[in-house]
Amino acid sequence: MIPDYGRIARDGLWDNNVVFVQGLALCPTLAVTGTATNGLGMGLATTAVLTASNILVSSLRRIVSPQVRIPVYIVLIATLVTLVDMALNAWLHELHKVLGLFIALIVVNCAVLGRAESFASKNSVPAAAADALAMGLGFTAALVVVGGVREIVGSGTFFHGASQLLGEGLAFLDLTLIPHYKGFLLAILPPGGFVALGLLLAGKRVLDRRLAARAEAAAIRKAASSAEALASPGKAGG
Amino acid sequence: MSTDTDSGYRGRTSYQALLLGGFAMAAAASLVIANIATKDAIEQRRAEDLLASLDQVIPPAIHDNDLLAQAANLQLASGQGITLYRALEGKEVTGVAYQLQAQGYGGPIDLLLGVGADGKILGVRALAHTETPGLGDHIDVHQDKWILGFDGLSLGDPPAERWAVKKDGGDFDQFSGATITPRAVVGAVKKGLELFRDNRDALLTPEVTKEAPADRSSSNQSTGGRS
Repeated sequence: MIPDYGRIARDGLWDNNVVFVQGLALCPTLAVTGTATNGLGMGLATTAVLTASNILVSSLRRIVSPQVRIPVYIVLIATLVTLVDMALNAWLHELHKVLGLFIALIVVNCAVLGRAESFASKNSVPAAAADALAMGLGFTAALVVVGGVREIVGSGTFFHGASQLLGEGLAFLDLTLIPHYKGFLLAILPPGGFVALGLLLAGKRVLDRRLAARAEAAAIRKAASSAEALASPGKAGG
Repeated sequence: MSTDTDSGYRGRTSYQALLLGGFAMAAAASLVIANIATKDAIEQRRAEDLLASLDQVIPPAIHDNDLLAQAANLQLASGQGITLYRALEGKEVTGVAYQLQAQGYGGPIDLLLGVGADGKILGVRALAHTETPGLGDHIDVHQDKWILGFDGLSLGDPPAERWAVKKDGGDFDQFSGATITPRAVVGAVKKGLELFRDNRDALLTPEVTKEAPADRSSSNQSTGGRS
């Protein structure tokens, strides 16, 4: 059984996006997306934990019986997150200072448990790892988009503090789009997260509908042209 | 897809109990091992962080001692206990640093205040806080230069009644959309300076006074860093 990696990637990034489609992990999404930088940090930390947990759950899927799977997964994920937190704190302290806030929050990210339950426990290790990467990157992208919208509207900057997270080399990402901006409080506070997410969800729906309509129109055109070709074999045959 | 094997040993309650117990034990064991392996490193990083913060509120130019080695637990006359870091040049105390706590919008804000022997602020830094990102976190020196505005100020400059945010008729800027956080920080720094004024001699005496006599501390209740 060869997993369809293209399908996995499309699902994770767009068709079955953790935030925009599944509506999971809204707690970290709304809590940390005051800036695009925070969204990126949370997304990357989650992706790392999700990959490790998916690989573990997938490799243990023949041992764990269905009746106790949920508590086993919860223990696994919580242990993993704590181990990552300790290791980062001890040996990658600079990174921990920036990401420390997010790591503890990953335990309560139901998307991690969700992927363990709905994908990793039923699929091979490589497929589970690919699914974790795709879902994690889709989650990261969603957080950066929500964070970016809230940051631009709320404080007139984009990727504020990026150099702290990514190193001085990427300081150019840190943009002040609207100088002397007074700020728009609602966008930064948690309710603004709901509003921004709602608007983005609506936008994605419109986009999806347009894409579907275009695909349908293309299919009809194709069918029509092939019908035409059938009707006039001399022209098509040439 | 694997439900067909559930009728076998995996369906038994004893297997499930052992499995769950086994996982819990493995998790506990790995956490214990990780804790032992990382404890010293984490402790050292924490000390380095504290030293880095201390270096920011006490300029290296005015002391020649190890600030962490000179840490002393001081019991003030008010009954309040503080951890004090003294900057020494030779035998002379040129400055002190101690932690303060302010009640911010999102919870307590831990501040480190450095005061020179002349009573002027050497520097203030927020060590830990849970203020709203993008709003109250402007007290963080990485986000904003606001907290540097305290440098060089003292209790007389500005006068006591001007030690407040502008909204309350004082001299200090609030942030747009966030008044509670700067108000809390300004108040805490002012209290910190008053603590320095009231305990000046105790703070500036280089001998490490371990503890005040126990019978004198009549006000046991005010040990929470708040007065």
